[in-house]
Amino acid sequence: MKKIKINSFAILAFVVTFIFTTFNANANQTRENVIKRGSVNCGVSQGVPGFSNADASGKWAGIDVDFCRAVAAAILGDANKVKFTPLSAKDRFEVLKAGDIDVLARNTTWTLSRDGGLALDFIGTNFYDGQGFMVRKAANINSAKKLNNVKVCVETGTTTELNLRDYFKANKLQYEPVAFTKSDEAVAAYDSGRCDVYTTDKSGLAANRTKTKNPADHIILPETISKEPLGPVVRGNDENWANITRWTLNVMIEAEELGVTKANVDSLKSTDNPAIKRLLGLEGETGKNLSLGNEWSYNIIKQVGNYGESYEANVGPKTPVGLARGLNQLWTKGGILYSPPVR
Amino acid sequence: MFLSSGFKTSLKKNLQLSNLIPQLLLIFIFIFIIYFFANNAQINMKARNMTSGFDFLGTNSGFDIQFSLVDYDGSSSYGRAYLVGLLNTLLVAFFGIFFATILGFIIGVSRLSTNWIINKLSLVYVELFRNLPLILQIFFWYFTVLRSLPSTEKSLIIFNFLIINLQGFYIPKFIFTNSHYIFYGIVFSLLTIILIKYYANKIFYEHAKVVPVFRISLFLIVLFPLVFSLIGGVTINIEYPKLIKNFGIFNYLGGIKLIPEFLALVFSLSLYTSAFIAENVRAGILAINKGQKEAAKSLGLNNSQSLNLIIIPQALRVIIPPTTNQYLNLTKNSSLAAAIGYPDLTGAFAGTALSQTGKAIEIIFIVMMTYLTISLLISLVLNWYNKKIALVER
Repeated sequence: MKKIKINSFAILAFVVTFIFTTFNANANQTRENVIKRGSVNCGVSQGVPGFSNADASGKWAGIDVDFCRAVAAAILGDANKVKFTPLSAKDRFEVLKAGDIDVLARNTTWTLSRDGGLALDFIGTNFYDGQGFMVRKAANINSAKKLNNVKVCVETGTTTELNLRDYFKANKLQYEPVAFTKSDEAVAAYDSGRCDVYTTDKSGLAANRTKTKNPADHIILPETISKEPLGPVVRGNDENWANITRWTLNVMIEAEELGVTKANVDSLKSTDNPAIKRLLGLEGETGKNLSLGNEWSYNIIKQVGNYGESYEANVGPKTPVGLARGLNQLWTKGGILYSPPVR
Repeated sequence: MFLSSGFKTSLKKNLQLSNLIPQLLLIFIFIFIIYFFANNAQINMKARNMTSGFDFLGTNSGFDIQFSLVDYDGSSSYGRAYLVGLLNTLLVAFFGIFFATILGFIIGVSRLSTNWIINKLSLVYVELFRNLPLILQIFFWYFTVLRSLPSTEKSLIIFNFLIINLQGFYIPKFIFTNSHYIFYGIVFSLLTIILIKYYANKIFYEHAKVVPVFRISLFLIVLFPLVFSLIGGVTINIEYPKLIKNFGIFNYLGGIKLIPEFLALVFSLSLYTSAFIAENVRAGILAINKGQKEAAKSLGLNNSQSLNLIIIPQALRVIIPPTTNQYLNLTKNSSLAAAIGYPDLTGAFAGTALSQTGKAIEIIFIVMMTYLTISLLISLVLNWYNKKIALVER
């Protein structure tokens, strides 16, 4: 009997200590946590060339990667203080919600149900995209309207999967989805002949075509069947952190508009242009409003560059991905990229 | 007995009471821990503005699933998607268990063969399949074997019956009209067999004559459904898979289609598990004392009688408990389906539906409860069977 009593008491003590410990993820503390930790935890893809892809030496590159680096530059003053976590489309939101990453930059489509229903905040769009189809040249098909009785490889847990069904339903065409957790697996399955069609956002098609055995054997069909504004996401319970990430992206766009680049940012410090002065934190209180140092925007441009520089280096026409600016051109040059005033 | 009953009950009560207090305390603590976690989850969800509940099960899923035993499309509900996933899991588990058992028994018996080649080959089989990680075996079948099959337009066609290509295996579909008559026939033959079994036992005990019940049953189970089909006018239509060409894309339509993801899973699960079952079978047979066989012989039983009446019933007692574990493992291992895109409970529901709704806690709870229920049901059935064949002690 004595022994049992002691055991029960031990269990009780254990439970009591449990009650007074709460696991509640610290709301409104992401910035403090990042500073304390000394690095930004950033969720990226498992490898989409041009967006987030690790090379053989494990070095990450891409426009989503640049965004993460810009956040680190803004808050820690060093763009290299980022820890990248590759995530599948299926897991990405849960990992963000659980607090394992601070920001998710993983070509994620901004939708109402994700923004509202998942208690997340989309802080902007860093790539305007749309869903398309890739087929083998040998299939002799030149339009998505001609796809019928086809097997389509798709990544699961994506808006792509939902648009796919909408498109075939609306056009009264028959198809079979073959859904994979990783985009690499979906591409490999398509490449091996398991599917006749591979579908994802058009940027992803261009990027993943470079992964097929013979990229010249595949064509991307002209139709765009959906709107896919891709952007970074943060948890919905941290206003300050949402603002920091939102304005990091805006500063990169604004810098391109004002012609501030990695190369000329130092010389422009002595400019008389008030807009550039505000952008670089030489005038006004942009840093203070975000609880950051005044150098935050300068660090972004100096260490990472403006949006256009990042685009050209990662997905532009001169890269293997080879995407023209299109919608992702500045609003002043015929695109829809537009930053609210940095002031 | 009468006299001491009062003393006994009071002692019993005391014992029960002193046993009850720590047990009640333990239950209380257990409930409290559950409540604490549930409450903590609720608080955390509220802090993140997340809604909870199972209402989403009634809303449209919006995604299609490539392989389903029931009618399903994107306009069906998430609840329906759950059913599709559940049935796909059960289908893989059923075929996996079926083939693993047959293979396991054959290999297990072969392990004891006096033929050197058969003996060593089955040894290699067991050591190979049980020592390689299951996920690698799934990948081997899926990525290496099934991916190296010819493309659709160059399909392997075997006897105009089986069509094999990279996108799946196709067989003709038999479509019965008035199929309920076949069902009546099966029911009728089963009833007859039960009756025959009863009289066979009677004859055995009264006249010491053996009636070959098994052979008669086999004959009846074919005969009655056939006769009933003729009476009911059952016709069979065979629907062959047809090659369809749409521009440069070829596709087989019609017939029954087995997708590569399903095949890879059934192959790997049954081969992997059969290696373990083979060892159980070997252990079961080796556990039977040599004297049992000799005793059977001295009673005048022939070889098959001694195997059927003496050896196997005793060996089964040793084989079944560990084999139950293997069946449970197989069912749970089928959740590796998610790795190759087979839409089972884990892939389609805990995967796709979860990421489309974000209802992680609810969906994981449902899926865990479902696997638990399936596993408990399998244990229940096999425990019942084990009890039925257990040694009756007198």
